[in-house]
Amino acid sequence: MSDQPDSPRPLRLIVLVKQVPDTANVTGDAMKEDGTIDRAALPAVFNPEDLNALEEALKLKDRHGGRVTVITMGPPAAVAVLRESLYRGADEVILLTDKAFAGADTLATSYALAQAIKKVGAFDLVLCGRQAIDGDTAQVGPQTAEKLGVPEITCVSRIDEVVLGAREGRRDDTAASGTARGRVVATRSVEDGFETLDSALPALLTITAEANEPRPPSVKLVMVYKHIAAEALPEYDDSYLDPDAEEAQVCMLDHAGRPVCRAKVVQWDHAAIGAERELVGLRGSPTRVKEIESVVLAQSEARMVAADETAIAELVHELIEEHILA
Amino acid sequence: MPDGAGKRASRHTPDAKTEAAAPLAHGPGAGDVWVFVEQHDGVAAEVSLELLGRARELADRLGVRVGAVLLGAGAAAKALAPALVAHGADVVYVALHEDLADYLAMQYATVVAGLIRRHRPQIVLYGATTTGRDLAPRVASTLRTGLTADCTDLRIGDLERKGVVTKDLLYQVRPAFGGNIIATIVTPAHLPQMATVREGVMVMPEADERRSGTIVDVAVRRGATGASSRRADDDAIVLPASDFAVRVVRRLREKKTVGLKGASVVVAGGAGVGSRDGFALVEQLAETLGGVVGASRAAVDAGWIDAEHQVGQTGVTVRPKLYVACGISGSVQHRAGMDQSARILAINRDPDAPIFSVAHYGIVGDLHKVIPMLIKAYRTRGAVGAASAAQGGA
Ligand SMILES: Cc1cc2nc3c(=O)[nH]c(=O)nc-3n(C[C@H](O)[C@H](O)[C@H](O)COP(=O)(O)OP(=O)(O)OC[C@H]3O[C@@H](n4cnc5c(N)ncnc54)[C@H](O)[C@@H]3O)c2cc1C
Repeated sequence: MSDQPDSPRPLRLIVLVKQVPDTANVTGDAMKEDGTIDRAALPAVFNPEDLNALEEALKLKDRHGGRVTVITMGPPAAVAVLRESLYRGADEVILLTDKAFAGADTLATSYALAQAIKKVGAFDLVLCGRQAIDGDTAQVGPQTAEKLGVPEITCVSRIDEVVLGAREGRRDDTAASGTARGRVVATRSVEDGFETLDSALPALLTITAEANEPRPPSVKLVMVYKHIAAEALPEYDDSYLDPDAEEAQVCMLDHAGRPVCRAKVVQWDHAAIGAERELVGLRGSPTRVKEIESVVLAQSEARMVAADETAIAELVHELIEEHILA
Repeated sequence: MPDGAGKRASRHTPDAKTEAAAPLAHGPGAGDVWVFVEQHDGVAAEVSLELLGRARELADRLGVRVGAVLLGAGAAAKALAPALVAHGADVVYVALHEDLADYLAMQYATVVAGLIRRHRPQIVLYGATTTGRDLAPRVASTLRTGLTADCTDLRIGDLERKGVVTKDLLYQVRPAFGGNIIATIVTPAHLPQMATVREGVMVMPEADERRSGTIVDVAVRRGATGASSRRADDDAIVLPASDFAVRVVRRLREKKTVGLKGASVVVAGGAGVGSRDGFALVEQLAETLGGVVGASRAAVDAGWIDAEHQVGQTGVTVRPKLYVACGISGSVQHRAGMDQSARILAINRDPDAPIFSVAHYGIVGDLHKVIPMLIKAYRTRGAVGAASAAQGGA
């Protein structure tokens, strides 16, 4: 690994992504009776800011070397965003899919994601988009951080620096382990300016659209992965995460991006990630949709004004008379 | 669930309204309505004061008190407490500690979650600022309770499920899924019920200096590294060593330049403006009318204008005397930020655009032609054209 920058060890990066309905086009029949959305009825896209998160991870990997694991939770069709991730340079992709996950609110979602991350093992950074366009809640990032017991830096518009410590991670690393693993310095956009925070690793960052311009899929990788299919593994082999094991067992790419073996989409259900049934999906969700109202627009009460100079002058005159305009 | 905030028992009694908080009673303060008060350098965020107004209404409806939670360091932070009472709080919990001087997620979450566990409010509200949206989810996850983001309305109401009525829940109302629907979210079985609300959505209450309230000092201290360091004789909230993983390198705050919120005239452009150059026309009209430029998210996403100018559910909420919507279709998220304006003038070439249903005046036409006419009309003080000239001379 001669062209690898002089990092003491490779970075372990996890990116959380979501396939979202294209919210610009929700129609009445996309809504199910229980108030949840029938995603199948909507065109599905890669949540935009999750692409920004993936791009940050890939940039860090380019700079420091390391491994990018992408996790999504969703129906089997959500494999599309994982494929997109592989085409851009992710090393490993994991699909959390299970009927039991259905109807999850942000709390149940973050629980499942955190369980999956714990199963993947030690990590330096979890990166996710600031928010998903279908809900705009921005809650899953901080909630996942809390479940992992690591700090969060939200709304990150720039990762200034990652300084790796020599110590390899352990699965039970938490914020309490200090900065032996290393540090990340990141700048977040707040209402009236910026703030730059320095956090011990491991940490979770949520990335905004300002951070970067996501790279397009690599033509080369598209060719390599063309025949990828979702393939359930009975037993997830995580031995490659063991610092002493050889790193070539699951869908590795070498540093130059050449595949060492063909990628597999790892599929996990709630049992695979050791999640309690009562804490995932609708059952694990404290919030309920009580009611959904379609937006019915009231009859127009607007006074229509002709688009000609006389009518517009009259309107302006009236607004001035009524002290609406000065 | 030792660290959960507790589950709510469903109540079946139909006339239990005034006793709503009773099943939660765990001591003084149980069942109250709380607001997390965000402050920077001793100045409370406006949204926090606005939320105190709504919390007051909710608490009066429930027959409970309003609690304000104030974290910070030093005298300036504490000096805010009377203003919180004047805006509607009955109790102000003041946690002062040097480690709380600046907002940091972990320390703040530890203190807020600690106070919630101790006093068991039934509702906790946060401003949907970058701070509130960072803190509230962390607290919700710690307490394993529900949280609804960016509510546009909060009310009290009942929930009937399978014949069981749960009384006096917080209805958390927010537009969802591209604005085609308005969803009412409830948290039926977990406490507290929590929501974030954008600045400007709730009306700022009048400060009443004669109101009285209680100020409760909350002791906070650093825990020793490693082992849990709770002493029996001490009821301080302990910040564990693991909370100190993050430090502030630099905070750069600029004065807000946009000033949308207090503007008396807002001229906003949407996707229909068509280009960055087109936006110059919108800016010109704003300047002519002495107003401030606003935008729909579509215009922001297109890169024609900065995000600070965005009006709507995820932008700024404005209530100007006059709102001019140019080439904006009127999605529910956009309307959430402007439909309280005193007068709304919509310019759109589609006569069926939803914006016309909230507008007081509508002009169907190409904004590139209509805006110059408006500019001209204003410059001549509405005196061009025979009709107005005649009127003016009457
Ligand atoms: C969770 C969530 C939160 C959101 N938050 C916000 C928010 O805070 N603020 C916000 O604005 N949006 C928000 N949106 C987006 C919102 O749903 C709409 O997509 C957006 O408001 C549309 O912007 P627009 O009206 O400018 O564009 P369009 O809907 O594309 O409308 C453009 C309009 O311009 C008209 N037009 C075109 N050309 C001309 C012309 N030459 N002259 C006159 N009229 C013309 C068209 O007839 C059309 O009505 C949010 C969406 C989601 C999912």
